[in-house]
Amino acid sequence: MIRLLVSLALWVFFAAAASAQQPEAIRHFGPDQPAREITLRTTTDVAILAPAIGDFLTTHSGLAIRFEQWGSNDLYEVGERDCLAGRAGADLVISSGVQHVVKLVNDNCAATWVSAETSALSPELRWRDQVWGISREPAVMVYNRALVPPDEVPLTRFDLVDLLRPAQSPYSGKVATYDIASSGLGFLFAFVDSQEASTFGALMEAFARSGAVATCCSAEIIDGVARGRYLIAYNILGSYAAQAARDNPDLGIIAPADYTLVLSRAAYLPGPTVNPDAAALLDFLLSAPGKRALAKTNLIDPAVDDGGGGNREEALTPRRLIALGPPLLVATDDMKTARFLERWREIFAR
Amino acid sequence: MAIGWPRDRKMTEPAAPPSQVSASREPTGRAPGATRSLTARLVTGLSSLLILGGLILAFAAFAYGRTAARDAFDRLLVGAANDIAASISIRDGAPVVDLPVSAFELLALAPDDRIAYQISGPGGAVLTGYQDLPRPTSSARDLVLYDARFKGEPARFIRVTRRFAERQFSGTVEVIVGQTLRARTQLAFSITRNALGGLAVGGIAMLAFAILIVHSALRPLERLAKGIAERDPQDLTPIRAAVPGEVDVLVQATNGFMARLDRQFATMKSLISDTAHQLRTPVAALRAQSDLAAEEDDPARREEIVVKLHAGTVRLSRLLDQMLSRALVIHRADSARRERVDLRDIALDIFEEGDHAALSPGAEIRLEIGDEEVAVLADALSLSEAAKNLLGNALRHGKAPVTIGAEQENGQARLWVRDSGPGPAPELRARLGERFTPGRSGAGRRGASSGLGLAIAQSVAETYGGTLEMESDAPGFTIAIVLPAAEEHR
Repeated sequence: MIRLLVSLALWVFFAAAASAQQPEAIRHFGPDQPAREITLRTTTDVAILAPAIGDFLTTHSGLAIRFEQWGSNDLYEVGERDCLAGRAGADLVISSGVQHVVKLVNDNCAATWVSAETSALSPELRWRDQVWGISREPAVMVYNRALVPPDEVPLTRFDLVDLLRPAQSPYSGKVATYDIASSGLGFLFAFVDSQEASTFGALMEAFARSGAVATCCSAEIIDGVARGRYLIAYNILGSYAAQAARDNPDLGIIAPADYTLVLSRAAYLPGPTVNPDAAALLDFLLSAPGKRALAKTNLIDPAVDDGGGGNREEALTPRRLIALGPPLLVATDDMKTARFLERWREIFAR
Repeated sequence: MAIGWPRDRKMTEPAAPPSQVSASREPTGRAPGATRSLTARLVTGLSSLLILGGLILAFAAFAYGRTAARDAFDRLLVGAANDIAASISIRDGAPVVDLPVSAFELLALAPDDRIAYQISGPGGAVLTGYQDLPRPTSSARDLVLYDARFKGEPARFIRVTRRFAERQFSGTVEVIVGQTLRARTQLAFSITRNALGGLAVGGIAMLAFAILIVHSALRPLERLAKGIAERDPQDLTPIRAAVPGEVDVLVQATNGFMARLDRQFATMKSLISDTAHQLRTPVAALRAQSDLAAEEDDPARREEIVVKLHAGTVRLSRLLDQMLSRALVIHRADSARRERVDLRDIALDIFEEGDHAALSPGAEIRLEIGDEEVAVLADALSLSEAAKNLLGNALRHGKAPVTIGAEQENGQARLWVRDSGPGPAPELRARLGERFTPGRSGAGRRGASSGLGLAIAQSVAETYGGTLEMESDAPGFTIAIVLPAAEEHR
């Protein structure tokens, strides 16, 4: 009884708070009068996932997909709230804020699903048979070919630090990266960077000294580089960069040669039960045709797919796949996050 | 002497196999009363033993596996909790946790388990981590391991405390780390599975060995059976085979049985030869006298011979009676069932039957029996035959009056016959213990027939565990079959 009252109270509270969290965009795929409908919540732009979803629906007539695009932090909060209220909310969630998905799985919010496709994933891209890595997207540096001379193009993080070192560097105030307070993905990249190498400290220092810009959202940052507002953008998701570079030849992309982080967007089936259509969509995305569809929009970088990359030169760059597992819980720790953000703000407030 | 069998055989079935061969094949078939084979029993027993032992060991292995898995993963918990505790520092008068990734990587060695953690400061205020984790019931020690649930799944928890005594902050910070049990369960099962695998191999090997051992242990039995099957049907000598002690009991019993068979054979043989021997003399005498009668012309002398012939025939017929009676007694000694017999009934029956009247008409016979039952375990017919022979002897050789009676004293039952004469001569009495000795009796034909009667009585007494006792005193001569008395009837 008390439990019911508490959950009711929570529901009322969150229902009131829910107005704060809304999807950024909603789109419907499939027939207008569908026999069945599933809800897919994702941080991914509609345009990027649309080809894969289209391919999937050709083999599933009568099924419609309600596609909701969310900001990564909002998606985490709404998932957490649905889980506390004991409802699924969505049938399949694909988020680039993989640490949030790991946290939700750790909170027992996900349903278990085992299939030939999920079993084929490498252990780093699978945890508890409740979370799976869908994409392989490198974190890259994007620069403006027209404005950055070829001999100054940074190939590594050290090069970037060196570019920013001179007091009157032309790059001062012209380097952009994600605002990690508002972007879960930006936070994740920064956090993993801080774990990966001591370069991170030097880079932060250089950012702080040169007045680097932290701003929101891949599209805006890439647009800024294209327009020349920024010369270089750091830690930008490769899929968006490649998409933009196709339309704008001025955009150059570098996978840092010291190491390149690789993100695999995390998918989970909000629990406690599995919607078979959602599971079918998941299996499709993990299957070979699904991967081909994702590769069309650069969600799967062929160089970093499970095979390790057919291109030898590409393979020389150390790829650091962000493994889906308990260590990512640290990136969701309140105190850790608070301190990390605090340091970040100190740097970018100057 | 010519015997017709070779001709018969040729006529009937020339190709008939020797009977002995077919006889030796018989034991291969199973006797209708045969129960489950010893091998099957032993194998069943051993299998159940192994299965039971296996189950017990499986439980033990699982218990061990669980403990081993728990200990192994508890160490991970301790390591992770200490790692986290070490990352706590005091900044601006408050404890600050710089959660180390290494602690979570350590816990991720249990790859599929969810992790719970909580760091709380003085007064239980949660600094970071999960807000509502179960706490240990005991609060005494620095390090407590306990079992509780974490969001719908059983989990193992540890609580460690770290004390700070600094200028800015003094107090205790508590670290709780928990982990679900999947990896532990898996390890426990894998340990159990491995143990059981070894156990199964060992068990099967033991079973195979057991079957081999049982086979080799039962081999003496097969040898024995083969030995018996190959025996000559006439061979009733004891089996002399080296067999284990357990089987020796069986061999001894068989030997006892064969000895009895042998004894019966011998008795039968001697009976036949005795009979032939016994009959030869009287029949020869009859023939000689009838020859004499045929050649005698004088009617008076012929008459005399005919009287003698008649007397001889009567004796012969009595002899035959006794021989039959002895054959009967001997036959029944081994075959008749022993039952409770009242010796008074025997005495009374003989007295009332009145056979003796034909034997010696006019002789006075008395019966002397009491009120008490005189019970023995024996064959009534054999006892009756024995007593009739004793009575016949008394009537023929003793003096009237003759008394027959039965009595019981000191646990001995006596069936006795008394006459008023002095009894047989001492040298005859001395020989009474011996077996019936035809033709050698000094008493001639008369002695032979009385000797036969006594032999019958003696063998009956001995068959039922008693003796034949003789006594001469003032009233006359008493001969008694003394048997152990049967217990009181209830």
